Amino acid sequence: MLAFARRRNLLAAGGVAGFILMVSIAAAQQAAPLPPGSPLIGRPENNPAAAKLAPVAPPPIPTAPDMLPTAKLKLPEGFKLEVWASGIPNARTMRLGDKGTIFVGGRFAGKVFAVVDNNGKREVKTIAEGLHRPNGLALHNGTLYIAELAKISKIDNIEANLDNPPKPVVIYDDLPKDEAHGWKYLGVGPDNKLYFQVGAPCNICMPSEAHAQIRRINLDGSGMEVVARGIRQVVGFDWHPVSKQLYFSENSRDWLSEDIPEDKLNRVTQPGKDNFGFPFCHQGNVADDQFGWGRSCDEFTKPLALMGPHSAVLGMRFYTGNMFPAEYRGAIFLARHGSWNRSQKIGGDVVVVKLNADGTVKSVAPFITGFLENNNYLGRPVDVQVLKDGSMLVSDDYNGAIYRITYGR
Amino acid sequence: MAAEAKRNTIDIGGGGDRPRLFLALGVIAVCALVAGAAAAIEEKVAPCYTCHGEQGVSPTPEMPSIAGQPAYFLLIELFQFRERQRDIPAMNEAVKGLSNDEIKAMADYLARLAPPKPPVDSADRARVERGRALVAVHRCGFCHNPDFSGGEQMPRLAGQREDYLRKALRDYKSGARPGYDPMMAIVLYPVSETDIDDLAHFLAHLAASDRR
Repeated sequence: MLAFARRRNLLAAGGVAGFILMVSIAAAQQAAPLPPGSPLIGRPENNPAAAKLAPVAPPPIPTAPDMLPTAKLKLPEGFKLEVWASGIPNARTMRLGDKGTIFVGGRFAGKVFAVVDNNGKREVKTIAEGLHRPNGLALHNGTLYIAELAKISKIDNIEANLDNPPKPVVIYDDLPKDEAHGWKYLGVGPDNKLYFQVGAPCNICMPSEAHAQIRRINLDGSGMEVVARGIRQVVGFDWHPVSKQLYFSENSRDWLSEDIPEDKLNRVTQPGKDNFGFPFCHQGNVADDQFGWGRSCDEFTKPLALMGPHSAVLGMRFYTGNMFPAEYRGAIFLARHGSWNRSQKIGGDVVVVKLNADGTVKSVAPFITGFLENNNYLGRPVDVQVLKDGSMLVSDDYNGAIYRITYGR
Repeated sequence: MAAEAKRNTIDIGGGGDRPRLFLALGVIAVCALVAGAAAAIEEKVAPCYTCHGEQGVSPTPEMPSIAGQPAYFLLIELFQFRERQRDIPAMNEAVKGLSNDEIKAMADYLARLAPPKPPVDSADRARVERGRALVAVHRCGFCHNPDFSGGEQMPRLAGQREDYLRKALRDYKSGARPGYDPMMAIVLYPVSETDIDDLAHFLAHLAASDRR
């Protein structure tokens, strides 16, 4: 892991000189818009710094505990961040069991992990393996539900069987098998149904009837209904603790430009009817350069908030704990994984979204920053999970680690 | 080198010069270790050449050249084979049981080998030009570098075997090859099979800079 860290530093150092030039080129491009589909959109050619704007793949091997970037992470006054667990390859989605076990899924390891606390020391157990992108996890009445790319399965009474878990039993597999945006997010709603998305199988295209939507099914896999349509990709959602409405983060398309469209925070107010606009309309007010002709953004449900271009909004939870100050109660903590399709990276942070009484957005503010340094990632936050004591975990798939945030005391 | 160091010390030092002797012994030990490690890694990668060609440049249809690929890309592939995320029995077997450090050392070693040169046979000019236009439209150089030398998790494409490129691109498009990241599936979604053939022809005949 030393080598990874060193290389990143080297890239950061080498990239600075060229980077200034690159930004000015990017600015020039924005001043005179390029024709749609131009290969120059977003990327100056023959520029050494620009070569580092490619998608960022997390190293397959987790970062050693002493190399984690915790010292560089910043939080508001009174909050403290510590490493809670490390050595979990591609740690992404987190779910909390009734007995305090944290279940961890992801896209690259093919495994689901259980992290248990043994007198203050965390032990990581593999509870399922050989899975295909098990990014979606949900827990309900002791049962663990796992969403792989093209099937959903379950393990009953999981916390009593962590050392010898039975194989997952498939409950639903009527799903497209596309790799593109095929990984799932999964949750159990207040109606005791399993919710998950089927993303668009592309950056931008006309999706089939089976794509670009949020679905729900009964806990046995029956009774599929489409909850909302016109959604490019979702990797995080939660239900408002009072109104019980579904809020979700949505990643918008790439390659239109550096600054447009922005990713979104959405709310479903009319289950079964809401359409969020993909591929016709982006960020609620920009018609697509190809699919938007003859359509209007007014046909579609508007976003609650714009969350930054290419910022990759992922996991989110309403804060219902008691440890953090009162101003955070009922707010949404949301992880922004960070951009790749942009010269100057943005995101790589956890933001706090405060809401009005009617459930609309009052403010969006940074909560944890410092994952992004000199246009390089030191880590990338993916999901948040509030614990019973009101502290909060944040997963980092770049380092294969989980951090815990506490307040005061 | 080790023998020379030893002789020098004995000639100069005599009985009283303990620190220098220790230093010399240390040098010998380090040299031996380095030599040992080099031999060990050469032994580890030697079986790769059976299929991937001498020094990692493949003479075999649909078998990729691995020499001069970015170390990060090679590590990811070796990891995926070890974890059986890519199901190719010969590769799964070849890396079975290797540690993180071992696959990392193999990746680093193979990355330092000289990358393959494009074939000497004449390229079809029309197809090369079609391929050149296609890489611009699909922005392949955005990630793989404008000269297609690759970098980080993105493989070197310049000079790779044409039949292998064709197969890899088709497998990404069909989903037969899941990839580490689904980026290639996203990118290839609108690309036709004819276009894939032209892309492969163009890339195979490119000579990229050697960025080792």
